[in-house]
Amino acid sequence: MRSDRSASAPLGLKIAAAAGLLFLHVPLLLIFVYAFTTEEKSYQWPPPGLTVKWLAVTWARPDVWQALTLSVQVAAISTAIALLLGTLCAAAISGTRFFGREVISLLVILPIALPGIITGIALRSAFSLAEIPFSFWTIVLGHATFCVVVVYNNAVARFRRTSGSLVEASMDLGANGFQTFRYVILPNIGTALLAGGMLAFALSFDEVIVTTFTAGQQQTLPIWMLEELVRPRQRPVTNVVAMVVVLVTLLPILAAYYLTRDGDQVAGAGK
Amino acid sequence: MTDAALLDRKNPAILPARGGMLGALSDTFWRRPKLLLFLMLTPPVLWLGIIYLGSLFALLLQSFFSIDEFSGLINREFTLKTYGELLRPANLDIIMRTVTMAALVTLASAIVAFPIAYFAARYARGRWKALFYLGIMLPLWSSYLVKVYAWKLILAKEGILSWLFAKLHMLWLVEAWLAVPIVGGNSLSVSATGTFIVFVYVWLPFMILPIQAALERVPGNLVEASSDLGASPGQTFRNVLFPLALPGIVAGSIFTFSLTLGDYIIPQIIGTSRLFIGQAVYAHQGTAGNIPLAAAFTVVPIVIMGLYLWAAKRMGAFDAL
Repeated sequence: MRSDRSASAPLGLKIAAAAGLLFLHVPLLLIFVYAFTTEEKSYQWPPPGLTVKWLAVTWARPDVWQALTLSVQVAAISTAIALLLGTLCAAAISGTRFFGREVISLLVILPIALPGIITGIALRSAFSLAEIPFSFWTIVLGHATFCVVVVYNNAVARFRRTSGSLVEASMDLGANGFQTFRYVILPNIGTALLAGGMLAFALSFDEVIVTTFTAGQQQTLPIWMLEELVRPRQRPVTNVVAMVVVLVTLLPILAAYYLTRDGDQVAGAGK
Repeated sequence: MTDAALLDRKNPAILPARGGMLGALSDTFWRRPKLLLFLMLTPPVLWLGIIYLGSLFALLLQSFFSIDEFSGLINREFTLKTYGELLRPANLDIIMRTVTMAALVTLASAIVAFPIAYFAARYARGRWKALFYLGIMLPLWSSYLVKVYAWKLILAKEGILSWLFAKLHMLWLVEAWLAVPIVGGNSLSVSATGTFIVFVYVWLPFMILPIQAALERVPGNLVEASSDLGASPGQTFRNVLFPLALPGIVAGSIFTFSLTLGDYIIPQIIGTSRLFIGQAVYAHQGTAGNIPLAAAFTVVPIVIMGLYLWAAKRMGAFDAL
């Protein structure tokens, strides 16, 4: 909405908008306070004292490190698969018109449009029907499936803005298809892919609903947190892990924002 | 290639074939774009088609099986018996509770989201615009579990909310609210009110973004024209802004509604022992091993969302996404 006059907002609107933003951010900020509380047994507020010893305690916990490593590995491989499949799909969809085009774009979006629990239970029952044992790869299979859409959304938006005549010019000047891809297409879509990849990574790193269905004994970091949420045993350690997770997910979001901010469609809008 | 060489050729418009395997391959793709398209589409379509659609189909198929109540084994014969079980009072209760919660969460999110979206669309400029954008994006992408955990801290009996109410000498208000049946409970973190607040919090950004997208497209002078013609701010909102923002609200409600229908973690961690659809699905497929009933339960949100999407499409909500 654009107005020629730079009118000032009514006071009520300002208050309501500010209150809404506070509502969104205060809970996340509280996590940072709780990570330093001296209280071990309850969620007492205000904290009776502040300490940094829980950072060291968490650092020395092998189970946290194992969960973190598994999460990073799963997210990295899922992101790689999603980048490949998402880019291929976006290139095919945006370059041409063909029969069934709408169906395919719907197919890509479906895993994220339907509630996660449906994806999760569908995969789980399919694994049990096919007698596939749960492993690292069953987790990756689930994650890659819903990460494709994030890469796809970013790549499609960029392809739409990249003129097709660039490709034709490159071909006219004698480059073959692979050279065109390497020197013309890739530099054009590079930042969009980077942004999509980071968002896919963040999405996979944080995923819990599908993972509870596709993981066997392995614990990703969100599964570890879920256990602690259902049966709190190590409240201070959980507080620290929560703070670290917030920090770790913020960085890719900020980076993705700066990479795509001049675009018509900004990364993350389609989570 | 020099001009002379070009002139030598019988048909200068056709370049010679490129050398090497890559060149030949590249030429083939250029001559037959359909082949390239086919090769590009095959991996993603195979992946999504086999892994995702295949699993979904297998799940739907199993909802037509039934479980033998005595042996606990799954009887693989086509039957509608499992769907009949959904109509039992206990299961209908779960469905009604979830749909009511989803509707209330959607309504509340729309009310909280509108001022933020309106301010961001109409008044925020430059730095403020970026700040608003990130202010909505960061909570959207922050870890879901951490957000739920934060509310566990806030709603706990010894947490900040009780402390705040105690400071304001209004603890009696919370106690009175908790004493109300259905919405109340022992403490806020084990009450339906708590579940409701956390749902609104977690899905709020999904409502703000589409409303903001819809409002960005409303020309500011439309609002000015309305007040020039004598409408009060309330009338302008009712007759001009709201109808134009409606597709955005409907688009946002698709997210809030669908996500609430399928969630099983929030009511499990912050809420009463009364089940939601997601929890029922989880319980039936897990310890009970009743995959057919779990599968039939998942069909409920799919059908509800199908109807919802159909209605939303008719209202033009997809243009606001």
